Amino acid sequence: MSSVVTRRQMVRPGIEYKESLWARIKKSWRSYLFIGPFMFLFAVFTVIPVLLSIVLSFTYFNMLEFPTWIGWSNYIRLFLADEVFLIAVKNTLLFAVITGPLSYMMCFIFAWFINELQPKVRAFLTLLFYAPSISGNVYIIWLTLFSADTYGYINAHLLNLGLIDKPIGWLIEPRWMMSIVIIVSLWMSLGTTFLAFIAGLQGVSPTLYEAGAIDGIKNRWQELWYLTLPAMRTYLMFGAIMSITGSFNAAGNIQALTGPTPTDYATWTVMQHLQDYGSVRYEMGYASAISVVLFLVMLGSQRAVQRMLQKIGN
Amino acid sequence: MAIRIRKKRLSRSTGGDVLIFFFLGLGAAFMAMPMVYTISQAFKPLNELWLFPPQFFVRNPTLDNFNDLLVLMGKSWVPITRYFFNSLFIVFVGMAGNVLTGSLAAYALAKHVFPGRKAIERIIVLSLMFTPTVTSIPNYLLMSRLKLINTYWAVVIPQWQFTLGLYLMRNFIGAMVHDSLLEAARIDGASELRIYAQIAMPIVKPAWLTLIILVFQNLWRETGALFIYREELKTLPYALSQVAAGGIARAGVSAAITLIMMTVPILIFVINQSKIVETMGTSGMGGE
Repeated sequence: MSSVVTRRQMVRPGIEYKESLWARIKKSWRSYLFIGPFMFLFAVFTVIPVLLSIVLSFTYFNMLEFPTWIGWSNYIRLFLADEVFLIAVKNTLLFAVITGPLSYMMCFIFAWFINELQPKVRAFLTLLFYAPSISGNVYIIWLTLFSADTYGYINAHLLNLGLIDKPIGWLIEPRWMMSIVIIVSLWMSLGTTFLAFIAGLQGVSPTLYEAGAIDGIKNRWQELWYLTLPAMRTYLMFGAIMSITGSFNAAGNIQALTGPTPTDYATWTVMQHLQDYGSVRYEMGYASAISVVLFLVMLGSQRAVQRMLQKIGN
Repeated sequence: MAIRIRKKRLSRSTGGDVLIFFFLGLGAAFMAMPMVYTISQAFKPLNELWLFPPQFFVRNPTLDNFNDLLVLMGKSWVPITRYFFNSLFIVFVGMAGNVLTGSLAAYALAKHVFPGRKAIERIIVLSLMFTPTVTSIPNYLLMSRLKLINTYWAVVIPQWQFTLGLYLMRNFIGAMVHDSLLEAARIDGASELRIYAQIAMPIVKPAWLTLIILVFQNLWRETGALFIYREELKTLPYALSQVAAGGIARAGVSAAITLIMMTVPILIFVINQSKIVETMGTSGMGGE
């Protein structure tokens, strides 16, 4: 009768479990039909492109001629001959190392503070903090705020107050560009992670806190470290993954702020380098090598974060 | 005090309360300032936009900028309704396909046991941190090979394999749909497809809404610039960005556009807020 193998049957030390792999695969055909459509699309639009990138990264390919195999040349050129790439790597890492953890902490701290409030205020503040991340290209308002001329809101007021004597090119001068871009990115970084934390905090059972108070938890900081954080562990993990993705994605928005050709490559990121070679210069093999490096960096950072989070509450 | 910390919580000091209010206030001001400025800009008449020093709040609000936008859009050879339809089509078909493929897969991943399930789940979690930029080049090659360039599908179909949606849905089904319910239905002789459609899906409605809003956010800002070159197939954000790119004289119009573009997702979020928080909470992000 049983048409699929369910979790319940797994628990029983049953007959199914000892069957051969092939028999189990055959028996599960319905399950494969369920995951089929998604996994097919996932294979076509994510898995194959990643594999294709890896293969192309070992070739010279200009979209017109058939790709020619050139071995490790792209990678050698990338790390030894391409100075701009090294600048891009430095900028991307700097950006990610600052915005990733900062945004993660902001997400948690604000979610935690908001959770202390009454439901109505909580809903309003959640919306307020979450809104910038869902509002599409609203971040271009920062262009007006940080505009380089005297009409820029910030410049105008600093001039007016006599703090500066000529307008500052916030998004043109290399010494300011990265900081401004990081501020804007943090502003729009309270997204999925933030919502997940809000939800997670609401899910922590009040009895846990009552029991904690009896056991001698003295203040909210102890409560946070010994009760809340351990209870939120899975959310923290999810949030970390999303923050990494977020910080790499946000690096793509930089272009909208500092333009397609930032002064002295001050905010040039790996993503921009990739786009430059991919859709401007049509050096697809080389661009693929860049994307493979990017992919490996993302994998590596996830591993590192996973290790770090295992220490919470211990 | 109007905003009072929850009454019955233990271990709360006044000093801590003050600190929390201080940081929340600071954060809220930082978050709200650009949003309020955007709204204010959209209603400023021309002379206020170029005032020195610039004023934060509008003094004589006007709808001029919105009128100008209508006039400008009226002049374009592709009517604005067409851009609107394109965006709507992409958003709706994208959402529908995503909820369908995502929930089917999520049901099997949450409630069935089959060889390869663990591996698939691991790959899904891995792909959560994936930036689409990485695959933009092979994806373009693929789309042109599949003859999908210059069609809606080049934008829509990749959205149907949105792993964050699948991940949330899988956890939500795992937590909300009880095995005993499914067992009972199986004993009654219901097919798996029927159990999925008539028992599991109605229970996880909040999760659909969450998926819908996440996909909406992705697609609403989609310009389609990478895959769609034919003007009559382009989306609303693209058309609006073209108007805004008309230069400095269009500062007011471009503020009006930004306001329109941000209002829609915010409204949708407001309507569904409690459902979305519920999904993220109940799904417990379990597993990994």
